[in-house]
Parts: sequence; structure tokens; C-alpha cells
Amino acid sequence: MRRWILSILLLFFPFTLFAAEQAAATHEYRLKNGLKLIVKEDHRAPVVVSQVWYKIGSSYEYSGITGISHVLEHMMFKGTRKYPSGEFSRIISANGGRENAFTGNDYTAYFQQLEQSRLEVSFRLEADRMRNLTLPEDEFLKEVQVVMEERRLRTEDNPQALTYEQFNATAFVNSPYHNPVIGWMNDLENLNIEDLKDWYRQWYAPNNATVVVVGDVEPGKVLRLAKKHFGRLKPSKLTPPKPRLEAEQKGLRRVTVKAPAQLPYLVMGYKVPSLKTSQEDWESYALDVLAGVLDGGASARISRELIRGSQVAASAGAGYDMTARLDTLFVLDGTPAQGHTAADLEDALRQQILRLREEPVSEEELDRIKAQVVASNVYQLDSVFYQAMQIGVLETVGLDWRLLDEYVDRIRAVTAEQVRAVARKYLVEDRLTIAELVPLPMDGQARRPAMPMGGSHGH
Amino acid sequence: MPDKKNSRLALLARLTACVLALAAFTLVQASPRIEHWTTDNGARVYYVHAPELPMVDIQFIFDGGSARDGGNKGVALLTSALLDQGAGDLDADAIAARLEDVGAQLSTSSHRDMAVVSLRSLSDENLLQPALDIMALVLGEPTFPADSIERERKRVLVALRGQSQSPAKIASKAFFSALYGEHPYAVQPLGTEESVKALTRDDLAGHYRQYYVARNAVVAVVGALDRAAAERVVARLSAVLPEGEAAPPLPAVAALKENREVHIDFPSSQTHVLMGQPGMRRGDPDYFPLYVGNHVLGGSGLVSRISEEVREKRGLAYSAYSYFSPMRQAGPYTLGLQTRNDQKDEALTVLRGTLKDFIAKGPSASELKASKQNITGGFPLRISSNGKIANILAVIGFYDLPLDYLDTFNSKVEAVTVEQIRTAFQKRIHPDRMVTVTVGGAPAQASGGG
Repeated sequence: MRRWILSILLLFFPFTLFAAEQAAATHEYRLKNGLKLIVKEDHRAPVVVSQVWYKIGSSYEYSGITGISHVLEHMMFKGTRKYPSGEFSRIISANGGRENAFTGNDYTAYFQQLEQSRLEVSFRLEADRMRNLTLPEDEFLKEVQVVMEERRLRTEDNPQALTYEQFNATAFVNSPYHNPVIGWMNDLENLNIEDLKDWYRQWYAPNNATVVVVGDVEPGKVLRLAKKHFGRLKPSKLTPPKPRLEAEQKGLRRVTVKAPAQLPYLVMGYKVPSLKTSQEDWESYALDVLAGVLDGGASARISRELIRGSQVAASAGAGYDMTARLDTLFVLDGTPAQGHTAADLEDALRQQILRLREEPVSEEELDRIKAQVVASNVYQLDSVFYQAMQIGVLETVGLDWRLLDEYVDRIRAVTAEQVRAVARKYLVEDRLTIAELVPLPMDGQARRPAMPMGGSHGH
Repeated sequence: MPDKKNSRLALLARLTACVLALAAFTLVQASPRIEHWTTDNGARVYYVHAPELPMVDIQFIFDGGSARDGGNKGVALLTSALLDQGAGDLDADAIAARLEDVGAQLSTSSHRDMAVVSLRSLSDENLLQPALDIMALVLGEPTFPADSIERERKRVLVALRGQSQSPAKIASKAFFSALYGEHPYAVQPLGTEESVKALTRDDLAGHYRQYYVARNAVVAVVGALDRAAAERVVARLSAVLPEGEAAPPLPAVAALKENREVHIDFPSSQTHVLMGQPGMRRGDPDYFPLYVGNHVLGGSGLVSRISEEVREKRGLAYSAYSYFSPMRQAGPYTLGLQTRNDQKDEALTVLRGTLKDFIAKGPSASELKASKQNITGGFPLRISSNGKIANILAVIGFYDLPLDYLDTFNSKVEAVTVEQIRTAFQKRIHPDRMVTVTVGGAPAQASGGG
């Protein structure tokens, strides 16, 4: 899954949903102002992670202001009356903390990792910036430049990311997943501070936030701290986003992206429901298993048959983000091996899909996927951050963190027939979008039509 | 400005209050208890018992990374990539299937110093044993099948082409090459197109035979195995390796004699800048002053001086940083940023000015205090998971750091003074003898201004 994530989440962490049969150690509270608090105890090390999740992200944005949720995330470090620009980071740092934030399609989240007794430092600062951001224009003008540099770094100068951006924009016509999380460059260039102030007022409120705390803490004490710092904040009147359900696709869509590059790249996606949008939730678990059949490790079909067997792919993968808020894509992508074209790779991947529609997967494969899920369910407990992340995502897209406890059982219950059923229903050509990167020569002419190369920059 | 200063003072008062409240806690925070032994055939083992989760991490770390490539550039990496592509009677498919049947994760990797084989498995005996069987085969009986070699060779060639479409990778290659010249660290782990095409099965088998031996290995074990069980597991795995010999010392890294600027034209909207020099090795006597000093300068994220000057004050880059990479011999000291092509000169001027000012004056007392608070206060975060502890054991073992490294870490950080940092930076860091690599294009006519 690692490959897609840059486009789906803006920042790190491949996300697959794993169970954590830890319900006993997890506590949920709601403050009077609507703020939800979820505390999970993990006493292995004297550390704590604190995350504040807001139900806001690029899928709430509309044309002309794309990227605004992410720019606002950057501006959240630019000060309140009490703690001027930069003080937030300095205070966390001086407390031995690590902090950052990330924006995705469906959420914006802020986190601190601290030695456990310093949790209050995080709450004090996060509560303050939930309602009291000053949003000075001079800071905004600098910071939006930083975000444009980020866009250049992540997207403009990365041919695969550029292709992925066009892929999403082609697959989704009126769904907000059409837009990149970081925003279109022209929208960034035309954002202004008033846009940000409106966005902040509209969405940053206790009744639109979930605070997740995981670590060496005592839940009752965390609740008292939360009441002390977040309890006084006023809720806002929230207007839920419009549904913006994607119009039905009526046939295969293709897009090519020409960019200076050395390697071809192919990405394909079928429209599928997420756990949130599926009529029958078993379908979502079956799609998750199907992703495992194709790409659940070095023994899965893509590695065994396309990278090793036929050697049509130098690398390839498949992934499904079951935690999307809206209908999403089942994605396959890859780079053809030497001597093969993107068309060869496309044929091979579509052949794999065809087989999933025709033959039930073997019991051996199913058992292997289930064994991996059971093991991963233990491995992921090694990271308090990841545990908090799972809870935060589920809550923020409108699911329930208790689903984590069901996950292993739900995966175990998936049958070969169900995997074939979802393949037949969803992995069909009328739901398919294909994007291909067509490499242009890297001689430097492509991007600079009027500019002679000159030696002025040589040393 | 005065307002800001006042608020900073007020802030400092608040911080001090927080920090004092925590002093008591700091005293009781314990490092994991590291146990150490040597196997019969000479592998050095570092072990931490972590019974909380039913899982085990085992790493074998060999002094057999790309610094050992010699004339066969890329041989260490290709050897590493082949280990689990055929071993004993099993082919790659069977190796992968047997591991994944029990939910185990095995990986091989190769860097400049280290070549690593690592396993994560559940500790349940019925699941762990099959995983250990496979790890033993991968470590002791890789078969280097001809078809696997050809396939992985092609994949390395594709990866090399992939690197040549990334300005960051191009900059990094040019940086290492300019910094290290003829030293083994100059080599790119992937090798070159030419060298990779020329590698033979004998080259791979030869690299494996020389470096994947017990006396050249460090083993890190963390997890729900008691000491007796850990000894049995490691003895069994280690027994598949011949005793062999430790790799000879790598040559010392020569200091740069002059400034050197390298520009590579590339059709990107940003210019990637890397600047630096050979930095320090692990166990360097100046480690703590250099590490803590750099934390102030460019190692503490958004609050570092470089980030403050380049990003916060001027909005010139998304990321601007500096760091030491201590290695067996002097690893690089790197300062870097990426900025829109037309801002390259301005950003470089700011970066150089910030470095020179820091070398001349060192950190302020309050900056040093803040950095110490961050490093020591964040110590529990460094050892908060089995995975992190395993990686630390690998470093301690591989680089012969003392067993009390974690126990004394905070007090050594606390002991660093402004004067020591200034002295160490003036003695070791030379802005007039640095490599500066820029990779990017000419300024665009119409690009996102704002």
C-alpha cells in the first residue's frame, strides 16, 4: 500500500486497518461541548502520543480553494494571542516532544509524542489553537510559499506523483477526491487570508474534533485534563458537507501524462465502496482480502507471478483504502520490467483481475492472508502512534473505533466465494480508470520553452 | 520585536516550570537492560528481554555493505537482494510462502556499512520455529540461482534509471562522489549500470562467503524470549555461518582540501541543494558537542536555526536541515534544502551565512538549554518500542559502543557546554572546504510567484 499513500494521505504512514483486541483498555468520553476523547492505555513504555483529529480535509473543499485545509494545517503553527508564531513548536521541543501534523482527503490531524507526564503541555497548546488562531497575513504570505515549495517537491518534480494526480482527477468527476490534497498550484497562488479565516471558523471547533491519547496514562486523569483545557471551548454550528456522490461512470477512462522521466509508470483504479459507503459491509472486508491475494507480501500473486514468474513488472502493487469517507478506488500500479511496455503490464494486471472474477482463490492463499492479519495485529501494537492513528481515522471518517476489535474476525470470515463476488461486481471495465506516464526526454527542454540552457548555472 | 522578546521570556518561565516538575521523573526512567554474549563461532549478540508483546525481532548485521564492494560496484546490494531468492532446497516462492504462512516478516537490506538480515515473528513456538528454519536457510545456504540473479539484476537496472529521474537522488549521488572521491563510501549502493551488468554469480557468492560469517556479525534480539531461549535461537542461527574473519578496517576518510561546487542541470522546478563535508565516525570523541550543536543548528526540525532562517523567516523551502551521519569511518555532515530555481542563490546565501555564524559564535545559552531539554526530555521516545530498541542494539553492537551507552546518554548530553560546541565546530567544520551540489533548472519565466 505504501505507494499510493503519498497521494491519498499527504504525509506518511501506509494505513491498513488491523484489529487490536484491546477494547478493555480503550475508553471513550464526550465533553459537553461535543469534543470526543478516546484514551487507550499502553503501559509498555513511559510515553504518550496525543493526536487531535478534525473532520476536515481536501474532500470538504470545492473548486478554487483546493489545498486550503492543508495550508491551514501549516498556519496552525503560526500563533495565537497567548502563544505567538513558533512558540507552539518551541514549547513542545523544550519538553522533549516530537510533533507534526498531516492532512488527508478526509481529515486533518495534529500530534505530539511526549514522555507520559507531559501530556498536559500538549492539551494546553492544542486547546488554545483550536479556537484562538490569529492568522496574521504576513505569516500566511510566507507560509503559502512554503506550501508551494512542498507541492514542487512532492508533485511537480515527481513524474509518478504527477501521473497519480491526473489519475485521481480523471477517475473522479464530481466527487471531491478529484482534487489533490495539496491543492492545484493555481488555487494555492490565489488563496488569501480571508479564505483561511473562514475555513478556520467553519471547521475548527470542539464538536468537530476527536482527541486520541495512547500510552502510559490513566484514563480518568486524561479526562480531567481534557475537561480542564478543552472543556471551556465553545462549539460551533456545523454544516455537514454536501454528499457530492460521484456520478456513475459509463465506461473505461484513460489519461496519459507526459513528463521528463526515465521510467514508464502505470496506475489503474476501479471504483469501489469503502467500509463507510458499502451497502453490505462484508464487501469491504472481501475487497481488503482481495488486495491481500494480489499484494499481501512476497508470496502474493503480483510478486510471484508478475515480478518473479512472467517478469513483466519491475515493481507493482495493489491497494484498497477501506477507511475512505466516500466511494474510493481499488488501485493497481507498477513499473514495467526492462523489455516490457506499460501496455504489457496493463494486460498482465487485467489478466489477474479477470482470473479473480473467474476462479475462486485457493484456501491456501486465504489462510496465508489470515495468518498475516493475525500476526500484524500483534506487530502493530509495537507502535503507540499507529494505534492512535487507527482510532483517529475511523472516528474521523464516521466509523467506530470498536471496528478494530472486529477486524480479525471479519477477515477470517471472508470466503473465496465472497472474494469472487466482489471482483465480479466491482472490478469491471466500466468502473476502470487507467493513467500512464509517458516519459519525455530529460534534456531539460521540456519545461522551459523560452529559456536557453546557458552555462550561467554551471560552476 | 520587543513584544516577541517579552513573550519569549514569559514562555521560558512557563517552560522552566514544566521542566522542573519533571526532574523527579527523569531520575527513575530506566533504559532497557542490554545483555551481551558471544556465540561459539564468534558472533557478538545483544539482547533485550521484552515479554509484553508475543513477538520477537532478530537482526543479523554484517560488516558487508557497499563499502566492501571493491571493484565490483553494487555487489553488496545484489548479494543481499539474492539471499531470500533461493536457499537450501527452496526457491523464492517457497521461501516467501513458508514465512507468510506463519505471519513472519523477513527482510534483507544493504547500506554503506551494514548488510542486514532481519526477522519479525510471533513468539509462539509453532509459528516461530518455521520462521527460524527459513532464516537459517537464508543466512547459511543461499543458492544464488542464475535466473534469480538475472531478474534482480534487471530490477536494479530499473531502480538505477528511476534514481536518474529524481533530482534528490541525483544530488545525493553527486554529493557522496564529491565528498569521498576514491574512498569506499563514494560508491553508490546500487552500483552503476555498467558495473551491475558485469557482476557474475561468482562475485555474489564470493561477497557472501567473505562477509556473511560469524566473526563479522552482530546479532540483535528483542522480544518475548527469555535469556535461555534467546541463546538457543541465536546459537542455532549462528551455527549455520562459518567462523570466518571480521572484515579489515576501512581506510580513514581524507578531509577535503578545497571548496568544490557541482551543478547538474535538471528539468525540475526546484533546485536541490546539498552542502557538506566528511563529518564524524561512531564513537568520535567530539560526538556529543557535534551532535548537540547540530541539534541547535539544523537538527531539531522547525525550531532549528536553519529552518527558522530558510523556512520560517523567508518561506524559501519546505524542508531545510543539517545532520551528521556517523558511520564506521567519517560519515557525511550534510546541510540541505530544496527551493524554486530562481531562489537558489538567495537560499544558499542564507544557508552558508547561518552555518558560518553558528561556527563563529556557537549556540546561545538558551538555545543550548532548549536543545538539551528536547534531547534528554525525549529520551523515552527513543526506546519506546521493540523495533526501536532492536535498531539501537544493532548500532551499539556494530559500532562497538559501550553497553552503558543508553544509560549515560542523557548525562553526556547534559555535560555539553557552549564552549565545547564552538570549539568542536571550529575544529571540525570548514565552510571554506565544503562540497556544494545543486541539481535543478534555470529559473522559469512564469512560475508560481505570490
